[in-house]
Amino acid sequence: MADLKVKIHNLELKNPVMTASGTFGNGTEFDDFIDVNQLGAILCKGTTLHNREGNDYPRMAETPSGMLNAVGLQNKGVDYFIEHIYPEISKYSTHVIINVNGSSIEEYVSLAERINELENIPAIELNISCPNVKEGGMAFGTNLKMAEQVTREVRKAYNKTLIVKLSPNVTCISDIARAVEAQGADSISLINTFLGMAINIETQRPVLSTITGGLSGPAIKPIALRMVWQVAQAVKVPVIGMGGIMNAADAIEFFLAGATAVQIGTANFIDPTVTLKIIEGINSYLDKYNISSINDIVGKLQM
Amino acid sequence: MKKTVCDLTVTSNIQLNHDNYLLRLHADKKLGKIIPGQFVNILVPGSPGTFLRRPFSVFDVNYDENTLSVLVKTVGGGTHKLSLLEINQRVNAIFPLGNGFSLPQKQEKILLVGGGVGIAPMMIMAKESKEIGADVHILLGAQSRRDHILIDQFSELGSVYITTDDGSLGTKGFVTHHPVLNNNEGFNRVYCCGPDPMMKAVAKISKSHGTECEVSLENTMACGFGVCLCCVTKTKSGNKCVCTEGPVFNVKDLSWQI
Ligand SMILES: Cc1cc2nc3c(=O)[nH]c(=O)nc-3n(C[C@H](O)[C@H](O)[C@H](O)COP(=O)(O)OP(=O)(O)OC[C@H]3O[C@@H](n4cnc5c(N)ncnc54)[C@H](O)[C@@H]3O)c2cc1C
Ligand SMILES: Cc1cc2nc3c(=O)[nH]c(=O)nc-3n(C[C@H](O)[C@H](O)[C@H](O)COP(=O)(O)O)c2cc1C
Ligand code: FES
Repeated sequence: MADLKVKIHNLELKNPVMTASGTFGNGTEFDDFIDVNQLGAILCKGTTLHNREGNDYPRMAETPSGMLNAVGLQNKGVDYFIEHIYPEISKYSTHVIINVNGSSIEEYVSLAERINELENIPAIELNISCPNVKEGGMAFGTNLKMAEQVTREVRKAYNKTLIVKLSPNVTCISDIARAVEAQGADSISLINTFLGMAINIETQRPVLSTITGGLSGPAIKPIALRMVWQVAQAVKVPVIGMGGIMNAADAIEFFLAGATAVQIGTANFIDPTVTLKIIEGINSYLDKYNISSINDIVGKLQM
Repeated sequence: MKKTVCDLTVTSNIQLNHDNYLLRLHADKKLGKIIPGQFVNILVPGSPGTFLRRPFSVFDVNYDENTLSVLVKTVGGGTHKLSLLEINQRVNAIFPLGNGFSLPQKQEKILLVGGGVGIAPMMIMAKESKEIGADVHILLGAQSRRDHILIDQFSELGSVYITTDDGSLGTKGFVTHHPVLNNNEGFNRVYCCGPDPMMKAVAKISKSHGTECEVSLENTMACGFGVCLCCVTKTKSGNKCVCTEGPVFNVKDLSWQI
């Protein structure tokens, strides 16, 4: 059994496999299928200061080796979260991380302040990359100045581990990564979904109610991997990689490209037990090559 | 029963007409109780173009033989591939999903309305309602005579009424044209599954009679167990997931303009 422990800033993970926000509910939805505590960490679904109904149906389109979603951050808001969900997920012994969203800097900051008080939440993931909301969201992640500003202000309000999640819908992702690192991000996670669209040729209308949506799944993996590789070279803080990871081999590619940990998203929909299979697969890979620790392959791409 | 993800073995795959197949699947582990209206989410084997699972209502369960069946209508790549499954092949499924219909009381008079492949959940519903001792009436609608299947099986479970759009069998027109639905016949409850316009029309008539009506929605799904939030429908208390808080809804909770 190889050593799978990794560190994301102050956060020690028993293994490098986390779940991606918006694809794992709040964890409890998976209790019937797996022992959630075996995961390195879980990311709760995107939370906002106030209740959000999200976008109209249809919110999903299946596409070649992937899917488009246009959920639009449906959630009941942080008060509801603290009152109803937090007590329930506090039962988990693994780390629970909250994905923080806002449509203004003030909203991001207020939300971060509220979550800072929650004892059982050791980290937040600042989502500056949601393509499915009209105001804010991705705007923060695609504009260097705004990405800097929101990271700086949240950093002042939040004193635990701060992960910033980047959008791939930019021309140079390393620039954004360096900028948020300079403003105090403890870790960078990437990538969120790519903006895409699908058309129903029978009705000649867009499939999604919002016309465009976020593309995820294996279709985006090669681009995600390239971006993780670029960002890992640009920053010193640990990088969390995601985008189309379906199995342990995919995850290992991300480690070699420089990710310290990975997040599993869309794959959970197809196999709710996939995360545990990936942990097992990473372990077998390390054993097979006689590598004693996962950290020994992080960024070890041979050239 | 708890939700489970496991491989099931095909024990039969019967073609019922030009585009409907009845798949019977055997579980290795003992099946827990499945509620009529619940569904299974099937991973289509050997169909790389079918990325996500495909949801199907539970058509029937045989607890003695430890099998469940689904009725598959071929409409695209995934369902076509399922129609080709052979005995002993394995398919991976997540089940049971969703909430299910509220079962009638003994001696209650109920009407089950199924349009097209919407008849699927009505078989298990009719069976269990009959066992409870309800007075079961079943209204089945399809385009044409050749689209009607399983009428004999339904007839064993209750009084069956038929409509076809072209009049080739039973009453001509949609299910909403049938007198059993239109003449207020004192049903305690109406249950309906089929295309949205049909369910809305049935709901409207039931409402005018003051009869409770439950419908089973078929929104497109990515996960089927409440985590992607893609399958929502508008209700009077906000957006709700069809896969967990449905697929069955009491019409009075939905924001339908009827
Ligand atoms: C809760 C639930 C229960 C269902 N029960 C049954 C059942 O018992 N028997 C059965 O045959 N089908 C049932 N369906 C519908 C079934 O899931 C779809 O027909 C199937 O997913 C189509 O897959 P495909 O790959 O063959 O088609 P695709 O190639 O994905 O699509 C072919 C065509 O079918 C349409 N389509 C796809 N999914 C749906 C959907 N969910 N509703 C309406 N149209 C759709 C597409 O828009 C397209 O025009 C159910 C759906 C839900 C959500
Ligand atoms: C249905 C759905 C909902 C999502 N919701 C969120 C969210 O609330 N916050 C967020 O940061 N990312 C969200 N994402 C993006 C994922 O966390 C992840 O970044 C992306 O899907 C790429 O990984 P994957 O290909 O493994 O799914 C969502 C993705 C999907 C498919
Ligand atoms: S299909 Fe994913 S939440 Fe309903």
